[in-house]
Amino acid sequence: MELSSSILLTIALAPLVGCLLAGFFGKQIGRAGAHSVTILGLLISCGLSFYVLYQITAGGAPVYNHNIYTWFEIGKYTASVGFLIDRLTAMMMVVVTFVSLLVHVYTIGYMADDDGYQRFFSYISLFTFSMLMLVMSNNFLQLFFGWEAVGLVSYLLIGFWYKRPTAIFANLKAFIVNRVGDFGFLLGIAAILYFLGTLDYATAFGAAPTLVGKTLTLTQSIHWDAATVICILLFIGAMGKSAQVPLHVWLPDSMEGPTPISALIHAATMVTAGIFMVARMSPLYELSETALSVVLVIGATGALFTGLIGIVQNDIKRVVAYSTLSQLGYMTVALGVSAYAGAVYHLMTHAFFKALLFLGAGSVIIAMHHEQDMRYMGGLRKYMPITWITMWIGALALCGVPFFSGFYSKDSIIDAVHESHRWGSGYAYFCVVIGAFVTATYTFRQMYMTFHGKERFKVVEHHGHHDAHAHDDHHDDHDHHEPGVLHHPPKESPWVVTLPLILLAIPSLLVGLFTVQPMLFGNWFGGAIHVDEANNVLGEIGKEFHGSLAMALQGFTQLPFFLVLAAFIITTYIYLFNPSVADKIKSALKPIWVILDRKYWVDDIYFAIFARGGVKLGRMFWKGGDAAVIDGVLIDGSASLVQRIAAGARRIQSGYLYHYAFAMILGLILLLGGYWLIGQ
Amino acid sequence: MFNHLLSLLIWLPIVGAVPVLLAGSGRPNAARWISLLMAILTFAISLFLIPQYNPDVSGMQLVESHVWIESLNVHYGLGIDGISVALILLTTFVGILVIVGAWEVIQDKPHQYMAAMLVLEGLMIGVFCATDALLFYAFFEAMLIPMFILIGIWGGPRRVYATLKFFIYTFFGSIFMLIGLIYLYLKAGTWDLHALQALPLSLTEQSWLFFAFLIAFAVKVPMVPVHTWLPDAHVEAPTGGSVVLAAVMLKIGGYGFLRFSLPIVPDASHQFAWVVILLSLIAVVYIGYVALVQEDMKKLVAYSSVAHMGFVTLGIFIAFMLVRDQGNTDAARLGMQGAMVQMISHGFVSGAMFSCIGVLYDRLHTRLIKDYGGVINVMPWFGFFYVLFAMANCGLPGTSGFVGEFMVILASFSANPWIALFAAFTLIIGAAYTLWLVKRVLWGEVTNSHVAEMKDINGREWLVLGAFAALTILIGVWPEPLTHLMNISVNQLVQVLAIHKV
Repeated sequence: MELSSSILLTIALAPLVGCLLAGFFGKQIGRAGAHSVTILGLLISCGLSFYVLYQITAGGAPVYNHNIYTWFEIGKYTASVGFLIDRLTAMMMVVVTFVSLLVHVYTIGYMADDDGYQRFFSYISLFTFSMLMLVMSNNFLQLFFGWEAVGLVSYLLIGFWYKRPTAIFANLKAFIVNRVGDFGFLLGIAAILYFLGTLDYATAFGAAPTLVGKTLTLTQSIHWDAATVICILLFIGAMGKSAQVPLHVWLPDSMEGPTPISALIHAATMVTAGIFMVARMSPLYELSETALSVVLVIGATGALFTGLIGIVQNDIKRVVAYSTLSQLGYMTVALGVSAYAGAVYHLMTHAFFKALLFLGAGSVIIAMHHEQDMRYMGGLRKYMPITWITMWIGALALCGVPFFSGFYSKDSIIDAVHESHRWGSGYAYFCVVIGAFVTATYTFRQMYMTFHGKERFKVVEHHGHHDAHAHDDHHDDHDHHEPGVLHHPPKESPWVVTLPLILLAIPSLLVGLFTVQPMLFGNWFGGAIHVDEANNVLGEIGKEFHGSLAMALQGFTQLPFFLVLAAFIITTYIYLFNPSVADKIKSALKPIWVILDRKYWVDDIYFAIFARGGVKLGRMFWKGGDAAVIDGVLIDGSASLVQRIAAGARRIQSGYLYHYAFAMILGLILLLGGYWLIGQ
Repeated sequence: MFNHLLSLLIWLPIVGAVPVLLAGSGRPNAARWISLLMAILTFAISLFLIPQYNPDVSGMQLVESHVWIESLNVHYGLGIDGISVALILLTTFVGILVIVGAWEVIQDKPHQYMAAMLVLEGLMIGVFCATDALLFYAFFEAMLIPMFILIGIWGGPRRVYATLKFFIYTFFGSIFMLIGLIYLYLKAGTWDLHALQALPLSLTEQSWLFFAFLIAFAVKVPMVPVHTWLPDAHVEAPTGGSVVLAAVMLKIGGYGFLRFSLPIVPDASHQFAWVVILLSLIAVVYIGYVALVQEDMKKLVAYSSVAHMGFVTLGIFIAFMLVRDQGNTDAARLGMQGAMVQMISHGFVSGAMFSCIGVLYDRLHTRLIKDYGGVINVMPWFGFFYVLFAMANCGLPGTSGFVGEFMVILASFSANPWIALFAAFTLIIGAAYTLWLVKRVLWGEVTNSHVAEMKDINGREWLVLGAFAALTILIGVWPEPLTHLMNISVNQLVQVLAIHKV
């Protein structure tokens, strides 16, 4: 059945309505009202998204591509707001609304004690609306709208606890770094308009072949290939949003925000917008080998080197954050070898298991009364079995252990890189394979430090101090109490928290097994993704694909699995049996540890150059340019010049008659002399 | 009534200022209510422009023409096109908000303040309607007087320096325009702008005239390097003065380029377009950095105004490159429309930003950023508006601040990618200076006991900020009605650009 605009509008707008009600009438409708309206909005949105996915895949609905209204129409240029619903969009809509719905439910538990309860629900619903506008767009204008709107909500949510200096530093940093990406992205859109004359996807993709042979004139001797320029500029946008090296610095800091949004925005959906965008633009990217090589190398670098940082983190959320950076690198690598479907597929499985890991980490944080340092955890498995088991499912999926969803998506990416002959694929293969070991190492380390081994926290019961203790539960005050000391033993989180964990654990475990065949190798995305036959690495590995079970069984004999196994053995030995080894390794490899702990000094360098340097430059311009030259010399200078001339001229008017008589005679002589001279 | 709609719009607020003055300082409330009534009435009448103006017909409409000074062939000539309609609506809309915004804030001689505002409003509408060069000049100069009074009487401690700087700066600029206009009159024997458009001029003549106009309008916009009067004027001006200055008066500079430089001296404008483009890009980048380090909120927003107005001049002058060097009229229209939308949008956004600063100033009587911090804790509603307008100021899509910049950047890429590169830098630096301001003022713990005592915005302030917010979002979400309104006028302008006079 054909999709109707009203259904699509409902999907997009239902979260917005929830956002407005919870945001503007939060006081009137109260806490329960706020979460009810937003969750209702998400239920509608999510239910209809599943319906749309069903119609698109099984119901025989044709691709929907219509404009809703005209944004501007100037000459031959039109910009509209409209929807393009194909399989890629439908899948993204389901992922976004499903994860968002679960995060909404989870928030009821996580934010229960927070004063900003209604505001938080309003923000996450606004986020869902923005993200839906982004993925459902049929044109570059709306894409950019969604792109920046999710950035805004991310800004608001990272700084949700606006009293914390670190949070408001992190949100400013995130917004500005993202703006660096958007700077490139906007120029990319401008380049598309210039070369293709349209902002509409379908028209632009249709005209894409005309880009071949066109160049952009930068100087008289430098001409750049049009497709390469467009693709690299757009990819700069993706680098910002999807936190690729060297614009990755904002994502770890974004962990200052409450955990539910780390799961929703900074793991499952927003940060994958760049991946989605490049996949959507596959008809353009296929035109430029150079751009794809750039994508490949940047992705590979991120996949390995940010993952390494994860090994030395002690904050439970930061481990997951660096893991996200690394996994985004994997997706980008997949894009770089033209395995767009592989990238999007990993995006989907990653959305489930990474949201699960974040929400699980959040559940641990609740149990630990907002302690995030893993050095004060350990042995939690007996206190919170549901969190423990579901997180292990997420962890194994992340490591890519056969049968888990992450295995199918990640191993396919590694295979695809192996298959590719694109410039940079050798380096990328090295990175993603070593990356598998790194991923397993930090994941197992995290799991062991959190749930296994000895308890490294103390429980000091405070009876009769319920008020003070309730106060302690406030997020804002969490850093006042002594680390590692809890006022009552950790316990499993309430059902609103564990239910989303279970609902995310199911797809983390199973979604790969059931969908890998059609989605990765069955050309499931159809016309939504375009790959040149010569670049079709997924098609090549698909020839050796004999069912998902066989693939998993074969996975046990592959190099990535051995690396995971090695990591498992090493971390098990260290963290379960001989924790002192960790310190020995740390001191033995001190220089490397310092490099990783300082995050390769990238943040420090950026801060010194861009933040401090920018302020210095501004001062110089202001004091040197505006104040000294323009005002000092030109304006006040000419004013004082006028004053000096006037003061001089005033002296002439002395009031003495003989001065005036003398001046008159002098004037007369000059006048007559002048006539006489001219007369000559 | 419709035959004299424009005259009515100009003179109603000016004449309306008389009863306001007569109310005297003894009856401040009467003065307030009369001026509010006048402002609302003017706005209501200006709304008739929408049905009366036909956006499908090019050329001036609702034309009025009477001989004013016969010996010099000066006419009282009025007329509007789509661009004027948009700017007049902006003026009358802002006119109400500044009256409401000053309601109880101005305690000293409120009747005179309100009267000056009304006179200023009428004169600004006059500027946007005049089709006779000398009439334009008269309104253009007369406008300085009420503004001079507003800053000079209700201004801050350094108001004398600021008013003098403001007056001499702008007066200095307009003298050159007057000389240029006299030259044109001597040559053509008419002040009629439409007739002057057809006047053949050599390139040398055009060049002299171009720079005469440039000086006059560059000061008004203001463009680098003649912008330094603006931060001083803003800092010393009362809130309402700042709002009108930023929201409407600066637009007159951009409007002047459209009415004088483009049609009368197109060849020189083309030849020297690079000068304006270069200065516009300097405004975006250099002023962006200067804005970053300001310690006074008003100065910061004033510098940000200069940077944003850079997009107006950029959009207007890249049209020359696009039409004449590449024959790309569509991109030229896009850039020109972008400039126009930016003018209107900047009216809302900067007006709103200055209103926000006014709200803060009324409570703590300081504009220094360091005196604030953690304001969101005590003023959540204010925080909502402040973040919204800050986002509009950094050009977030969905707000009006995005629309114009987006169009101009797209068009300038077609002209030359390097121009787009520098223009798009606003995305980064604009976000940096605006959000750093927000961080220091709004977020964080309450920094001092004065901030702790601040009260959230009252109903009157809510109304002002809410009205600005509504239009900021409306134009951001659906700019089509605005671009449609100006479409034919912009097309006509772009056609004029292509006509060579030499």
